[in-house]
Amino acid sequence: MDYYISVATFAALNVILALGLNLISGFCGQVSLGHAAFYGLGAYAAALCAVAGLPLPISLLAGTLVAGVFGALVGLAALRVRDDFLAIVTMGVGFLFLGAVRKQRWAGAEMGIANIPSPLDNWGYALLAIGAAGGLVLLSAHVRRSWMGRAFDAVAQDEEAAAAIGIDVAGYKITAFFLGTAAAGLAGGIYAHMTQLIVPDAFNFIESITILAMVVVGGLGSTGGVVAGAVLLTLIPELFRFVNDYKLLVFGGLLLLVMRFSPGGLASLVQRLRARVRA
Amino acid sequence: MTVLECVGLSLAFGGVHAVAGVDLRVEHGELFGLIGPNGAGKTTLLRLLAGALKPDSGTVLYGGEDVTHMPLYRRAQLGCVVTHQIARPFRRMTIAENVMVAAGARTTLHPWRALLAVDSRHARARAGELLERVGIADNAGKSASTVPLGILKRMQVARALALEPQLLMLDEPLAGLNHNEAARFAEELAELNRGGLTLILVEHNLREITRIARRLAVLHEGALLADGAPEAVMARADVREAYLGASTSGIDTHA
Repeated sequence: MDYYISVATFAALNVILALGLNLISGFCGQVSLGHAAFYGLGAYAAALCAVAGLPLPISLLAGTLVAGVFGALVGLAALRVRDDFLAIVTMGVGFLFLGAVRKQRWAGAEMGIANIPSPLDNWGYALLAIGAAGGLVLLSAHVRRSWMGRAFDAVAQDEEAAAAIGIDVAGYKITAFFLGTAAAGLAGGIYAHMTQLIVPDAFNFIESITILAMVVVGGLGSTGGVVAGAVLLTLIPELFRFVNDYKLLVFGGLLLLVMRFSPGGLASLVQRLRARVRA
Repeated sequence: MTVLECVGLSLAFGGVHAVAGVDLRVEHGELFGLIGPNGAGKTTLLRLLAGALKPDSGTVLYGGEDVTHMPLYRRAQLGCVVTHQIARPFRRMTIAENVMVAAGARTTLHPWRALLAVDSRHARARAGELLERVGIADNAGKSASTVPLGILKRMQVARALALEPQLLMLDEPLAGLNHNEAARFAEELAELNRGGLTLILVEHNLREITRIARRLAVLHEGALLADGAPEAVMARADVREAYLGASTSGIDTHA
């Protein structure tokens, strides 16, 4: 039973991570190959708060805000670059985070942080993660319906045309980065408390690619698709153990296949099938 | 009342002085035509006035306020609006949605305010009105990636009008349209101007621009060559020489 609870919790955490990245890449059109860095930032910030004796809500909030603020800064720094250059910059941010955290004695260096206080039981974390994931689904759906979603869409499609009709492109990009990375920080905080141990490698490039694969496989911009993608890519390595050893190969390959054969991911695949059945 | 003014406006790309010390003043209610041979710097000047480019030197005043360092989106919010020479629709939206995003400009001023605003009825109604006004209401539901250029050109004007501009700058609105389309669209632009909207048109279609403009300026090698009443400007020897000397293809339609 414990195993299933833990798988469900990880699936929920991945939903949070993927929906966060979807806000940045799917809604606002900004590529990010360093999403795991913000997951890590949230985990470290929450862990340090918890070790210092702060209660769970405070440490989770700290994780969320630290990741969000750094995310907004990266968004600010990334204003001058687009597309493939932005991909490289965000990838660099991921490596920078790992490189920095590995050298910090106060953050445990290579050994990470152990004995993180864990006030909840497994059920507690499962409910917390699923609740947060549900919250993010609602937020995503709301953003889509709101004027923020329309402005994101305009920015994603043509920045200069968006600016020409009075849309503050820079402001929207930074907002997307803030929201998306704050979500990753929250996931990191929950993760740190639940596992009671965090090490730098849990937030490496492979993790960033895994999150990206969840978003792309599910369908960039589609909230339902991304939730499905996140759950599916959490379950695949659990069902087929060997996948875990070849994660980068399998998920990277999956990314390529989806981009080649169904660029809209599962979401558009389902749509097309439905259209065909009806026809 | 002066709507837009620039003083000593200059911008060089590498060693090329695209715009070299232009002084210009556009009064409220004018229909101001900016012409010149290919490569004269017309689009660059327009983009400098709109804020899409930053000048090397000189100032731009909009409604008496120095907006030289104000970004494009802020100027658009204040009603100083430009359209693109090559139509830039949001391709994954319908024609109506393209205009709607602009009509919602008030609600999209700040991202956080936009997050709290869900109601789109006003913007939808406004987009419908504007599409009616530019004569493409039939195309409202079509995808912007499939409609012909003529429709996109009109959509761009509707999108710009949605911002309730004080000043509308159009970059070659008639380019790519056939003879009849161009004549009709030019007439509609003149009608907008008669309704009180100040217009600056960069145009290659000399026949239509000399017909509708109240004032005409000629840009040659980044500098103003002539500025005045259309007939007087077109009659000048140096203007004819600039056109014929630099590029005969500049005159595509004789009046």
